[in-house]
Amino acid sequence: MDEKKLLSIENINVHFNTRRGVVKAVRDLSLHINKGETLALVGESGCGKSVTAHTINQLIPMPPGVIESGSVMFRDRDLLKLPLKEIQKLRGTQISMIFQEPMTSLNPVFKIGEQLADVFLAHQKMTKKEAHAKAVELLDLVKIPSPEKRAMDYPHQLSGGMRQRVMIAMALASPEPGLMIADEPTTALDVTIQAQILDLLTDLKDKVDMSILLITHDMGVVAETADRVVVMYAGRKVEEGTVFQIFDNPSHPYTLGLLNSLPSNEKYSDSSRLEAIPGNVPDLLSLGEGCPFANRCNYADDSCEKSFPHSTCIEEEHNIWCHKADDVKKTKGPKS
Amino acid sequence: MKPLMEVKNLKKYYQISSREGNKKQTLKAVDDVSFNIMKGEILGVVGESGCGKSTLGKTVLRLHEKTEGEVLYGGRDLFSLHHKEMTELRKSIQMVFQDPFSSLNPRKKVSSLIGQPLRIHNAGSPGEINGMIEDIMNEVGINPMYKNRFPHQFSGGQRQRIGIARALALNPEFVVCDEAVSALDVSVQAQILNLLQDLREKHDLTYMFIAHDLAVVEYISTRIVVMYLGKIIEVAEKDELVNNHTHPYTKALFNAFPLTDPHKRAEKKKIVMGDVPSPVNPPAGCHFHPRCPYAKAVCKEQYPPLKEVAPGHMSACWLNE
Repeated sequence: MDEKKLLSIENINVHFNTRRGVVKAVRDLSLHINKGETLALVGESGCGKSVTAHTINQLIPMPPGVIESGSVMFRDRDLLKLPLKEIQKLRGTQISMIFQEPMTSLNPVFKIGEQLADVFLAHQKMTKKEAHAKAVELLDLVKIPSPEKRAMDYPHQLSGGMRQRVMIAMALASPEPGLMIADEPTTALDVTIQAQILDLLTDLKDKVDMSILLITHDMGVVAETADRVVVMYAGRKVEEGTVFQIFDNPSHPYTLGLLNSLPSNEKYSDSSRLEAIPGNVPDLLSLGEGCPFANRCNYADDSCEKSFPHSTCIEEEHNIWCHKADDVKKTKGPKS
Repeated sequence: MKPLMEVKNLKKYYQISSREGNKKQTLKAVDDVSFNIMKGEILGVVGESGCGKSTLGKTVLRLHEKTEGEVLYGGRDLFSLHHKEMTELRKSIQMVFQDPFSSLNPRKKVSSLIGQPLRIHNAGSPGEINGMIEDIMNEVGINPMYKNRFPHQFSGGQRQRIGIARALALNPEFVVCDEAVSALDVSVQAQILNLLQDLREKHDLTYMFIAHDLAVVEYISTRIVVMYLGKIIEVAEKDELVNNHTHPYTKALFNAFPLTDPHKRAEKKKIVMGDVPSPVNPPAGCHFHPRCPYAKAVCKEQYPPLKEVAPGHMSACWLNE
């Protein structure tokens, strides 16, 4: 495995067998995360971004979930082949996760200091007293004011932003943090609090040498924090590149549509009509073999319905998966 | 020109039981708020959770009773109307709700959901109502052949279209949109924003558009109100507010909003610290002073008055003095 890479996912397919049929949540997805980088996985609801994250630390309920093929290499080990016990050792130490709603992720009947200390006690040999001291240290690291006092609080005594800070502290409770998976970490928070949390995450990434997989639907959050971006649509990766490539030169019709439909886009200063993407996200039960975006795409023709395209390289590190890559390039102009 | 709606010193307080003992506490959700809405305008109301923007939206439609103050619609105080007069007036003031999942009865067909306001107000014979339902469905972009479907058979965006159809069924003049696009994906959100714009032009509507998303409010509004803990802290025409906002909280809000341009990331922004305080016990003086980088002694003692700083631009801050 490449020295630079921390995690590399190759060709995973994740299906769910439901009463109504097989839901193909993630199809033939490959991506990698380099050491010390923030990779943003972006897409609309149902595009498979959370399923991808849950595949990494094996949180897909099986059944009904099936991981059909592929590999997830993390620090030279294939996570899909590891026994459950080994995975449990990794979870919370080398791979940690923070969720959208911090209230439901914390236990309401234990003090947050105890919950943090538990992470140390579960994975490392130390006394309760040492663990508590470590917990307070971490609360300080995530910039919670008067951490000794706060460690004695219950989750309901903290605000939403503070709870998310505790979750982040918990994710850092390890001697060797490697990957932090942040699944919509700021979606439930107000904008001023969101700015604080994003700032904290960027800050910590440099301090503790870890990579972040940031899952979000918010292009603004991506622009502020990501180094590289993977755009997903209906279970497929459709565009991949550095954050500057994606925002300066979006090349897949879906990415273009997504950026154009943002009301914050500068070209809408005179309240002209938004360029919305017509139609709705397709039903994952009834996807064919073709490009899933074909029925909403202005460029699509018959070939798009038949098969999923191979990758087209725009420039180094910047790839799209589109049959009509040349047409898109010709018509979209220099900058959208 | 006379305003369509005049809100004068409106207050909406809730009594809540306190944790300690059985002493009642007062939550001032909307605290002494005054503003006008002109015909044809889109008044955006923006603020963080708990600032009272939804309560304000519901109170100006008398979906909640007021605690104090007046809401004049066409010169008449809504709260002085009798039940019958109010029912009559409800035809012209309507609301679109945030959550397209919980605001539609799952056991009713679409035709029945959209037809309900028409039947309540006896808009016509069953045949006529049927025709109206089909017209409205066409207008909001749902094929009338789906009128016998149930809400769960539609996507979020389509359900929001149904919610809009319900609000528009009786040809209202004034519509309050309470976070009408917050639950939607961006590509669908853009469709709904376009639809709201089209309908406004066609039917000469006036909107009060409540949202926490600054980009959406900035895009759709003609005038913007910023709220913080039950108070209006700044109000101005859209361009004036976006370019020349004076209140430190408005500044913080604009600063915190993530820009969709990674090149601007380097312009390290000043992030406002701390959390939104509880509206039950708001800080004395200006409610924003504990988080405000410019707070002076007077800010801790007295609430600043809403003062005109430029034509049509009001701001409540002691710094304006």
